[in-house]
Amino acid sequence: MSEPVLQVTDLAIALPTGGDRPFAVSGVSFAVRRGEIVCLVGESGSGKSVIAHATMGLLPRALAVTAGTIALEGEDIVRASAERLRALRAARMSMIFQEPMTALNPVMRCGDQIDEVLRTHTPLAPAERRAKILDIVREVHLPDPDRVVASYPHQLSGGQRQRIMIAMALVLEPALLIADEPTTALDVTTQAQILKLVRELQAKHGTGVLFITHDFGVVSEIADRVAVLRRGKLVEMGPKDEVLRRPRHPYTKMLIGSVPSMTPHGRPVDASARVILATRGLAKTYGASGFFRRRAAVRAAEDVNLEIRRGQTLGIVGESGSGKSTVARCIVRLVDPSAGEVLLDGEDIAAKPARKLGAMRRRVQIVFQDPFASLNPRMRVADILAEGMRALDRGGTEGERSRRIDALLEQVGLPATAKDRYPHEFSGGQRQRIAIARALAVRPKLIVADEPTSALDVSVQAQIVNLLAGLQAELGIAYLFITHNLGLVEYLAHEVAVMYLGRIVERGPAERVLGSPAHPYTQALLAAVPAVAPGGAALAAARIEGELPSPISPPAGCHFHPRCPQATAACRSAYPQETRIAPDHAVRCHLHG
Amino acid sequence: MQDDPDLEREAVRESLLESEAAEAGAPPPREPVWARVRRSWTVRAGGTVLAILVAIALAAPVLGTVDPSYFDPGIRDLLPGTASEFTDIEGNTATRTFWMGTDSFGRDIYSRVLYGTRVSLVVGVAVAVVALALGIVAGLAAGYIRWLDGPLMRLMDGVMAIPGILIAIALVALWKASLLTVVVAIAIPEIPRVTRLVRSLVLSIREEPYVEAAVSLGTPTAKIMFGHILPNTVAPLVVQGTYIAASAIVIEAILSFLGVGLPTDIPTWGNIMAEGRVQFNDYPHNVFFPGIFLALTVLAVNILGDGLRDTLDPRMAKRL
Repeated sequence: MSEPVLQVTDLAIALPTGGDRPFAVSGVSFAVRRGEIVCLVGESGSGKSVIAHATMGLLPRALAVTAGTIALEGEDIVRASAERLRALRAARMSMIFQEPMTALNPVMRCGDQIDEVLRTHTPLAPAERRAKILDIVREVHLPDPDRVVASYPHQLSGGQRQRIMIAMALVLEPALLIADEPTTALDVTTQAQILKLVRELQAKHGTGVLFITHDFGVVSEIADRVAVLRRGKLVEMGPKDEVLRRPRHPYTKMLIGSVPSMTPHGRPVDASARVILATRGLAKTYGASGFFRRRAAVRAAEDVNLEIRRGQTLGIVGESGSGKSTVARCIVRLVDPSAGEVLLDGEDIAAKPARKLGAMRRRVQIVFQDPFASLNPRMRVADILAEGMRALDRGGTEGERSRRIDALLEQVGLPATAKDRYPHEFSGGQRQRIAIARALAVRPKLIVADEPTSALDVSVQAQIVNLLAGLQAELGIAYLFITHNLGLVEYLAHEVAVMYLGRIVERGPAERVLGSPAHPYTQALLAAVPAVAPGGAALAAARIEGELPSPISPPAGCHFHPRCPQATAACRSAYPQETRIAPDHAVRCHLHG
Repeated sequence: MQDDPDLEREAVRESLLESEAAEAGAPPPREPVWARVRRSWTVRAGGTVLAILVAIALAAPVLGTVDPSYFDPGIRDLLPGTASEFTDIEGNTATRTFWMGTDSFGRDIYSRVLYGTRVSLVVGVAVAVVALALGIVAGLAAGYIRWLDGPLMRLMDGVMAIPGILIAIALVALWKASLLTVVVAIAIPEIPRVTRLVRSLVLSIREEPYVEAAVSLGTPTAKIMFGHILPNTVAPLVVQGTYIAASAIVIEAILSFLGVGLPTDIPTWGNIMAEGRVQFNDYPHNVFFPGIFLALTVLAVNILGDGLRDTLDPRMAKRL
């Protein structure tokens, strides 16, 4: 065993008075050795970021280390002077952040930002610095290093920006790298690429890595050792395989259990159920024509055909920018479709004037992603729940509405006392329950759920998904469930549609699409999902490179061909038609044409 | 697995329940907004000074004043603190101490300054109300009725391009000088700014998911505008209102000083200063006392506005 790069002993950090507990963290001890990746796992509020910031000497003034030590290569950080900390940062320890757009300076070229680190910490001449910058940019596998160093952050994609951050953090070969949820803001295929890069560089330079995450899938991919943090205390620590195979603390078990296992592939489809909503050639193009000038058209959705059956769930999966939210908003008519039909019980609602949509709105409701933004902060819960009833169920009395509100609150698992309170008095999970109750209030047949759990902690996520599944069983509601989380789809969906750059590339029963995916993109997406497997299987599996292209100028032919490992000449020239590889399983790919 | 699976499941379930309970306690109880506002020392300081000024304006007749426009040629140009015989409008003669002196017509500056408080405060409040009311209507229209946005905002740009004082002078010249004219004249150049503020708030709030939720619940447009959007613009508008009031008070004084504001027989701080200007070297008190009141009022309103901004609209406070 080599000497630890980072040794944290009995660390306690006090919270200012008025917080929900006296200490942000207390009694925390762990070590990171040379060439080792230690994952610090916890949900929001567990104190994991506080530990990272304390290690970097970046704690906000309101928080103070009250006990214990943090030693970087034997040197005490807690009592180090501000100058000493400045000298250590970047040179001996560095940090990468969750959001690479805000962590980079938007008005500085990427090369200059890396150069700043070198100028501050080394006496190198400009030419030597330039060579070193190009070296490190090449090392993080950015294409065309000369162009990348001359670009501004906004000219790069999210994954490329995170690579620049990593280059900046590693250019001085620090002994310790702290990664604070570096892949949370990225799509799953990009996340897999970044995780692979961190592992590769860490092995090459022998860097000790403290990797902060909430996702046991990521842990399984990258960690050597795991420390689980809950409400400021370490509840479990040990080698990865041991923690994954034999978790001792129930909290650890719960976190591991909330990661998609990818084994039971969806729920069986009841083909006899009536189709309540179908789209035919649905399309939405943004900014097609301006009055004074032609604007670049963004084809957010094109030729989307899908069917939702009564009482069942259709999951739409795709990375950000794939157009899945646009489809959802077209269906509930928050945006007007540019073309195609939306057939609700056989009646086309795509082009109905807004004032005639009442009957449709009674049948189709929506639940949004962010429960903090989707409830009006100035309305009491009772008024929030009554809004739809007042607008759509004319004729009901206030007494009936009040009884219905009580019933709704009970249905979503909230106390009746909730109705006189305001949204800010509730936690994220409770707010999402209120939003679900609001949608239920008008007794819809279909609820469009647009990433309803992605703003929530994993443990709360599980509860909301269970609530949705329970409501479906009880009330026979159909869901259009939109997500980038394949695990949720596998748990909830009867049927699945996979979207890529505005088009559905594959659709069919969940067990077929997830179990034997036909489209190369579906295959890549499934492979990129970090699953809890002690070996870290997904990183080794087939992987696609690159990121989602811009929908303003999608690649000619099949939009996926630049990233597709099996692309042929046909893929470059024509967009494939939808072909049925089974009566209920359709795919858009020349391989199956 | 060597453990009893049932026991294990039970443990996981317990942990789940516990974690929800922990989450339930997550948001710390927030103080009501008005409690925070009342605690802010800037709001208190500005509010106290303003309250005193309002009291002075209301109680001007009983604070030992005389008719502010009555002049007695026998007591012209008295220095502050001078006691002299004074004959009032009914012909009663008494000895009176002129704490702020008299002007070149023999009018009591103290009475004129106190009555001038009325004009200034009325103008400040009236301009803020008129500008906010018209600006809210225009801003809601521009933000919600898309085809109206372009024409309306270009019109506002046009109004903004003309210097405010120039509009005021033109309007006062066009109509007769009266309180209403002055209020309208000062309010018009303020409208575009309120409109822009309301429009930008509407544009950002109408994209909020809670507004989209209301749309999908079938809530009528008018109800969305006045029930969801307008209440969420109140805080920044209250803050903006205080700044408009402060600037209106100054502009009214400037107009009076330039002689294009209220008629000279109405005592306003600007009028008093304008008349005192010619003799400023010999009798600076003519300008000094109304000047002090003007500065104090504007300062109080601005401090109140800053306090309200910091407590009601913390994001805006950070931006500035």
